[in-house]
Amino acid sequence: MSEGNSIKKFMFVNRKAPYGTIYALESLEVVLITAAFDQDVSLVFLDDGVYQLKKGQQTKGIETKNFSPAYRALEGYDVEKLYVEKESLEARGLSEADLLVDVTVLSCKEMGELMNQQDVVLSF
Amino acid sequence: MSNIEVEGKSYETDEEGYLVNLSDWNTAVANYLAKTENVEMTDQHWEVVNFLREYFEEYQIAPAVRVLTKAIGKKLGADKGNSEYLYGLFPYGPGKQACKIAGLPKPTGCI
Amino acid sequence: MLHIINKSPLTNNSLDSCLRVAQPGGEILLIEDAVYAATSGNAFESKIREAMGRFKVYVLQPDLEARGLADRLIAGVSPVDYGGFVDLAASNNNCQSWL
Repeated sequence: MSEGNSIKKFMFVNRKAPYGTIYALESLEVVLITAAFDQDVSLVFLDDGVYQLKKGQQTKGIETKNFSPAYRALEGYDVEKLYVEKESLEARGLSEADLLVDVTVLSCKEMGELMNQQDVVLSF
Repeated sequence: MSNIEVEGKSYETDEEGYLVNLSDWNTAVANYLAKTENVEMTDQHWEVVNFLREYFEEYQIAPAVRVLTKAIGKKLGADKGNSEYLYGLFPYGPGKQACKIAGLPKPTGCI
Repeated sequence: MLHIINKSPLTNNSLDSCLRVAQPGGEILLIEDAVYAATSGNAFESKIREAMGRFKVYVLQPDLEARGLADRLIAGVSPVDYGGFVDLAASNNNCQSWL
């Protein structure tokens, strides 16, 4: 492991759909808090995690806070590396145009390689 | 939970004095909350409070101080987008005090 | 890199996703309900056998025993105890838990 002050690569892996479980919201909150520590942060959306970024979420009917607008605030928190796995998008009939933020789409192989490069991987 | 009384109406607040229901907010409530924070509201204060409400409207989160400072600088100019200016207006923290006056929850990522 | 799975591959896609994304040379540890993936006779067996060509696969023995399946372990999957779990976590550069 590296020294105290050096910047580490942190990856947040999001694999759950929003609202059905608390994972997506918890992950987002941890990302917003850790953004203060000036690390090299990547957010990854895999499997049902890609649904977190779906445009047009309307949560009034389920009386739950719609936290999807917060993904668009991430840029202001200097969290700018958002990656989505191509296979996960395709398996759900989604494309980049369906997502509410700009992302980089990676193949499963590219995603695996990126994951290998991380110092810390946090799973949600 | 507790309640505050403003112009004959009662509003719910949490144990730290933040409004529980965002929709309860109005100018009178803001002025009342400012008083509890010993903040004398001026146009400069309102500018920040209104900025925070717009930010929340768009992103549904209260920004961390660092993010607020940067965003204010972008929108209102570098002379306002710095800690000295913002702490001058809200001595106990622009995140904490201005968010409370703006009727927002405590900032996410406020350490 | 160490990949940890704790869900049965017959009810959850975590192991499938792991096998899709993980890069050759990675190590996979099956714990809790994922130990079913290390046993013969279930619908996932061919996939785990295929994956064993690319990854070293481990299973947490106490979890396997708890489920009464120690006698069904697929040959080539390496059983580890809790100490072995710690060794795997320590010997890899990083770790992803496919929750």
